Amino acid sequence: MSEEMVTVNMTVNGENVTKTIPVRTHLVDFVRTELGFTGSHLGCEHGVCGACSVRVDGDVVRGCLMLAAQAEGSEVVTIEGISDSGEISDLQDKFVERNALQCGFCTPGMLMTAAELLAQKTEMSREDIREFMSGNYCRCTGYHAIVDAIESVNNSRLKG
Amino acid sequence: MGFIHPYERPNSYIGRTLPRSRAMRAVAGRGRYTDDITLPRTLHAAFVRSPYAHAKILNIETAAAKAADGVKLVMTGAELAEMCTGPWVGTLTVFDKMKAEPQYPMAVDRACWHGEAVVMVVAETRAQAEDAGELVTIDYEELPVVIRKEKAILPDSPVIHPNLGDNIAWEKTLGTGDVDKAFAEADHVLEETFEFGRHTAVSLEPRIVLADYDPGTEHLTIHTSSQCPHMIETVFARTLGVPEHKVRIIAPDVGGSFGLKIHTFGDEVAATAAAIKLARPVKFVADRLESFVSDIHARENRVHAKIGVMNDGTLVAAEIDDLSGVGAYSQFPRTSVFEANQILHITFGPYKHKNYRAKATVAYLNAVPTSQYRAVGHPIGITVAEHMMDWAADVTGLDPFDIRRKNVMEDDSYPQIIGSGLPMKDLSHQACLEKLFGLMNYEELRAEQAEFRKKGIYRGIGLASFIKGTAPSPVGFYGAGGARIAAQDATTVKLEPAGGVIVALGVTDQGQGVDTVMEQIAAAAIGCSMDMVRAISGDTDATPYGGGTYASRATAIGGEATYQAALDLRREILHMAGILLQTDAEELDIVDGNVVDFGSTEARIPLSEIGRIGHFQLGELPNDYQPILSHTRRYRLQDSPYIYTNGIHGAYVEVDVDTGWIKHLKHWVVEDCGRIINPQLADEQIRGGCVQGLGGALYEHCIYDDAGQLQNGTMADYVTPMAYEMPDIEVGHVETPTSESELGAKGAGESGTGAAPGVMMNAVNDAIKGLTSGRVTEQPIAPEVVLKALGKI
Repeated sequence: MSEEMVTVNMTVNGENVTKTIPVRTHLVDFVRTELGFTGSHLGCEHGVCGACSVRVDGDVVRGCLMLAAQAEGSEVVTIEGISDSGEISDLQDKFVERNALQCGFCTPGMLMTAAELLAQKTEMSREDIREFMSGNYCRCTGYHAIVDAIESVNNSRLKG
Repeated sequence: MGFIHPYERPNSYIGRTLPRSRAMRAVAGRGRYTDDITLPRTLHAAFVRSPYAHAKILNIETAAAKAADGVKLVMTGAELAEMCTGPWVGTLTVFDKMKAEPQYPMAVDRACWHGEAVVMVVAETRAQAEDAGELVTIDYEELPVVIRKEKAILPDSPVIHPNLGDNIAWEKTLGTGDVDKAFAEADHVLEETFEFGRHTAVSLEPRIVLADYDPGTEHLTIHTSSQCPHMIETVFARTLGVPEHKVRIIAPDVGGSFGLKIHTFGDEVAATAAAIKLARPVKFVADRLESFVSDIHARENRVHAKIGVMNDGTLVAAEIDDLSGVGAYSQFPRTSVFEANQILHITFGPYKHKNYRAKATVAYLNAVPTSQYRAVGHPIGITVAEHMMDWAADVTGLDPFDIRRKNVMEDDSYPQIIGSGLPMKDLSHQACLEKLFGLMNYEELRAEQAEFRKKGIYRGIGLASFIKGTAPSPVGFYGAGGARIAAQDATTVKLEPAGGVIVALGVTDQGQGVDTVMEQIAAAAIGCSMDMVRAISGDTDATPYGGGTYASRATAIGGEATYQAALDLRREILHMAGILLQTDAEELDIVDGNVVDFGSTEARIPLSEIGRIGHFQLGELPNDYQPILSHTRRYRLQDSPYIYTNGIHGAYVEVDVDTGWIKHLKHWVVEDCGRIINPQLADEQIRGGCVQGLGGALYEHCIYDDAGQLQNGTMADYVTPMAYEMPDIEVGHVETPTSESELGAKGAGESGTGAAPGVMMNAVNDAIKGLTSGRVTEQPIAPEVVLKALGKI
């Protein structure tokens, strides 16, 4: 049985990429192994933990539930992309200052999701933050510090 | 003139919150985990695992798999066994009369649990290896399955390992005093049986190895997500017959571990054997589904408890009988009986009763082997004891705070021996208790609870006092027990030519902040700024031999080694400066990276000059002095088996009495981990530990059916805590430095996990008190457990 291949073209972190890959390659495997963006992590490979979260055409999706071929023609942004652009530098600084991460394995996905929440630019309670972030598992922090960091950045951004 | 302890200096780095350098790169997606590393010509391993809990392997057909695309090797368990120096036997001599069946890294002629690795396939890609694995045909003959611990110990049970005679791995009893007499004289005797479900670590980064063997140099290099690189070096070297000094273990960033990654796993040894055989790098990463059936599990206990209490609330006697269900083998080299042993020793540990009797029976099952996982045994023992104390408070009409006030060991009463025979010192139960009382606003909280109750809203308040064993000594279990697991640890501190300081650690960092904490200790001890110090950990070629990070030991043991090594370097710098400055070294001090006159801040010579002269301009020094500028110190506990810590948790929950759903509203912890190096990192260890404990208390459960099939081995079915269900956690400290070391730090990593399950069960029972005569006595406390206690189902 020979591997069925497909050629995909998309924009990843602002750069146009074209690669011929096995059709069964998941998006997160594609960005990790084909492109070297290893910041997106594989925690469960069945769409539960959120460690593989990446942004596709503006929405945060599970990179383990989407095939790379499905992202044909799309704009894909990973943690490396939103780090380089400076889009979430305030949030990243606050995560460090508040120690809202320990092992760091969930953190890129956590930040992708938090960026989406913060983009709503609205008042939110700790309960609201906890609910929104519940698709991203963290085994280290117990979440309290993550909520603190997101709450603090949201308050700062709203004050403008 | 004189020596001022670095932690007593103004603005010391010891006791200061500072950010972790590893955090800065992790938030940018620049963490480097093992799976982010690929070596040239890397191959990938996948495993065919037993679909049966117990089955004889009759025949394995591998020809089709070998012919598949990309396949480089197909290896059976029997073939792997031939590459091994012998089987593992998971016993320690300190566990008297313990029995264990020898075990090879993969099943040889019999599979003993659902998920045991039977055949390994190595191919160019992981997908190819998995595809080829599906072409392997294995004929099995099913054997009787032993999966319920209560049945496993009966005389008529099938026996998993006939050579052992029965399924009992180990039995142990201990105690002091006259328990029967005390029960006979007690005003109240209370008895209850508790059930604790099996759970597992679910580190977000699964287990992984990347093994690379160079046949030219005969060097074996393994990148792996490990807490204990030196132990892994020793076990892998000895198992595969590679000289230990030719093995290098590198643990890059580790994506969560919690005790899971202190163990040795057969599939990882198999992948390493493949790398040796093929002379190509081989990577194996456990996918999440195989993690559930191959990572160690933990807990699975039934505990019967009995206490005697006087009318005034005085605890006079306690007895526990634990039945632990472990797996098919005793996990090598740490064994699978530690959890039971800890339960016997720590249960009722905060209390000053004189009569204690404890018994454990450990039964093998056709299930995944269990072994040490965060807070080993403590969640069980603390839940049992704290439940009984709350019940005793009820029976005697005391408030839960008051019964603890009455029974905890007094802060001025140490040293003491507790009922299990363990020595205690430097504890602070009373101070912690009073601090928590204030932190919780306890009286107001009780009033609020009563108001809600009038409105038909059922809120509960729980308390749980605890002791926690941290930082074990070499006379306790590992060294003395015969296993080659270091309980000592070592740090090398060296001055570099430009004045920077390298701190090479035997202990390791999995995100707790061990590197940063050690940098703080070294910088404070030497007298330089943090940015002049860099820690190195997780590389056996670059660090002195140590035990790594387990049992809350990194700061308590590794920290003292770092402290002493840094003080040695400081002394040498002052000695050398004294020569160069023609000043008595006693008159000198080091402040902000400069040697100064004692009491002054004016630089007389900077460390960069000491480094330069010490490495390049040795002619400026007398001939009889050869600078070392690199100091290694080892540290081990001497007199105590552990450094015990203590504390108390509080919890406030709301129970929906119609659905059994529990909403955790607020959690408080006051604990005493001795001298705190970095307050924020200590707090976050406590918080994260609590949530891990709450996971086991409320949701996490490895469910086996009667055929020994794991029923919920996915992250969708095995539920771990998410942000929404978890509360804010307020943390307070009492600091009683341990008298075991000069630094005075105790362990902090596990106590949250140890006491959170107990406080949760107490809070739930408080919420439903008066509605029912039933009490919740089972974990995880699923909604149906609450409804059962309420008599609704």
